[in-house]
Amino acid sequence: MKIGSLRAALAALCSVLSWQACAAGDPVVIGDIDDLSGVYADAQGQGGIEAINMAIADFGGMVLGRKIVLLTADHQNKPDIGATKFREWADQSGLNLALGGSNTGVNIAMSKVAAAKKVPLIVIGAGGSSLTGADCTPYSIHYVYDTTSLANGTASTIIKAGGKSWFFLTADYAFGTQLQDSATRVVTANGGKVLGSVRVPLGATDFSSFLLQAQSSGAQVLGLANAGTDFSNSLKGADEFGITKTMKPAALLAFISDIHSLTLQTAQGLYLTTSFYWDLNDETRAFGKRFFAKMKREPTMDHAGAYSATLQYLKAVKAAGSTDSDKVMAELKKAKLNDLFVKNGYVRADGLMVHTMYVMQVKTPAESKYPWDYYKVIRVMTGEEAYGSQPDPACSFAKQ
Amino acid sequence: MSSVFGVPLPAILGQLTLGLVNGSFYALLSLGLAVIFGLLGIVNFAHGAFYMLGAFAAYIGLQTFGVNYWWALLLAPLVVGLLGVLIERLFLRHLYRLDPLYGLLLTFGVALIFEGIMRDQFGASGKSYPVPPLLRGVFDLGFMVLPIYRAWVVVASLAVCAMTWFLIERTRLGARLRAATENARLVQAFGINVPLMVMGTYGGGVALAALAGVLAAPVVQVSPLMGSSLVIVVFAVVVIGGMGSIVGAIVSGLVLGLIEGLTKVVYPEASNIVVFVIMALVLMWRPAGLFGREQ
Repeated sequence: MKIGSLRAALAALCSVLSWQACAAGDPVVIGDIDDLSGVYADAQGQGGIEAINMAIADFGGMVLGRKIVLLTADHQNKPDIGATKFREWADQSGLNLALGGSNTGVNIAMSKVAAAKKVPLIVIGAGGSSLTGADCTPYSIHYVYDTTSLANGTASTIIKAGGKSWFFLTADYAFGTQLQDSATRVVTANGGKVLGSVRVPLGATDFSSFLLQAQSSGAQVLGLANAGTDFSNSLKGADEFGITKTMKPAALLAFISDIHSLTLQTAQGLYLTTSFYWDLNDETRAFGKRFFAKMKREPTMDHAGAYSATLQYLKAVKAAGSTDSDKVMAELKKAKLNDLFVKNGYVRADGLMVHTMYVMQVKTPAESKYPWDYYKVIRVMTGEEAYGSQPDPACSFAKQ
Repeated sequence: MSSVFGVPLPAILGQLTLGLVNGSFYALLSLGLAVIFGLLGIVNFAHGAFYMLGAFAAYIGLQTFGVNYWWALLLAPLVVGLLGVLIERLFLRHLYRLDPLYGLLLTFGVALIFEGIMRDQFGASGKSYPVPPLLRGVFDLGFMVLPIYRAWVVVASLAVCAMTWFLIERTRLGARLRAATENARLVQAFGINVPLMVMGTYGGGVALAALAGVLAAPVVQVSPLMGSSLVIVVFAVVVIGGMGSIVGAIVSGLVLGLIEGLTKVVYPEASNIVVFVIMALVLMWRPAGLFGREQ
């Protein structure tokens, strides 16, 4: 009798107090911190939240007998907001896993919190390869794509097709400069030359001046080291000024949402690198169909990646029998990852998830037979070709 | 090849031409802002949102109703202008007697709401609007190729700027408007319907923003955030020209477009702040702006 009432009182206390106070009834808390309203909101954004929820539902909504809870926040592309939210959830909400959305700058700030709070951070939508290099932590995983793999895909394909001299139009922040650096390495390693570059402020309203500078450089290839509406607007401008007649544009990062909004008329012929396309096989088509039913558009690689990352994390928790960060990270780093997004992927010592990447070419309007029929596969890169099999030497703890 | 400060002359000419194109956009947008502030005393933070709505009105018109570009130039400002009238009637009207800060906050909220609605409906990456068939192709100027459409933008916006200036500074209606801003009660005593004029003025200013949006639709991605990045620059332009000065808005819009164009050659990283540096300098030297009157 006494024990019974004590237990009831404890349970009541548990529901009033924060999660940590009562270990047994803890939910597993996943936090998604992403650009939900700004220029990158279509690449992941609300669709990413939907994909994470799909993964949680597919896993049964429970792991280790505990309920799985998803928290979401809009980082507004501001590193301080992303880091503060991460810290707040880690301190007050019992956060077990953070999923990092778009924007390399924000994710670099969040990886510092991951290291300090020992909470795993799986980066989905950001590209900067420093996340598993100079900015690596034992608790970060870079999951969907990085600037190295994008450059290895798109830049090397274009050079082999004869585009030897390059001019870069670069978004003036961590992501853009890292993408340009990665692409420059690939260009020079393959006997090409970089004739110049111009750093464009993020969210510039007009790109024509920068495009004119690119044109007067006489380079054969216009390397677009930017993303989102910056990418769309620079490609639109290049088309309008007739620059695409003399220079070949290279999309160093383009999502299917960008191609959709640009239309095939403007984007046709473009080479790009992606880790996912909805129309690759039956499995991806089935995921595309489910996603489309909810979001009225086909998933980007970030959407599929957010689904996969959530699923693989939950599998690792189940295998480890615990949400302890070190145990789950060890599990993730030794497992072979397999689902609709990744086949035989693995997490390198520095935290990079090595997986297949596809070099695509955008179809012409005549080649496209049905809605969202946008890409043809030009080249399939193994994970090692795309990312390299050795850990980044810039990552301090991954050194052998 | 001749050059200035190590930059080849053709490059400078090219950037100046593009600066003129961008300056025309600035002029047209800051004109609407200046009209609204000069005559109503409202700091219209929703100006960027109305510009965006103008572009979307053209896009929706084309996709859903088959309205071509030329009709959109007429209809989009009309529809968005009516929306402006509605907002003036329902909300702004109650704020005229209060501190201008309230108008600023209200219009800022309105802008956020419109941007949110459009993002929900069309996504953040926006939509493509094609260049009208008649204006496709390029002029070869020797030092650069200029798309015919961009040349059209310069001509169209300068014409609209000139017409607006004429309407306000040289017609009877304009004289009444200006009189009403000086002393509304006196003008009303002459039997002139001041509230109606004020409503029309706000609608007109909003329509100018929407017109700029239609002009911009074929050259930039029509996206929910297209206005928010521009409106801050345009505010700086208005402040430099002198809050409320029509001529100031037009002239400083064009000149700042040119200066920004040159910055893009000399030091591209600074191109999005040069306008604000100039604003700070102008305010130190002439607090009322270049063409503004000291109160």
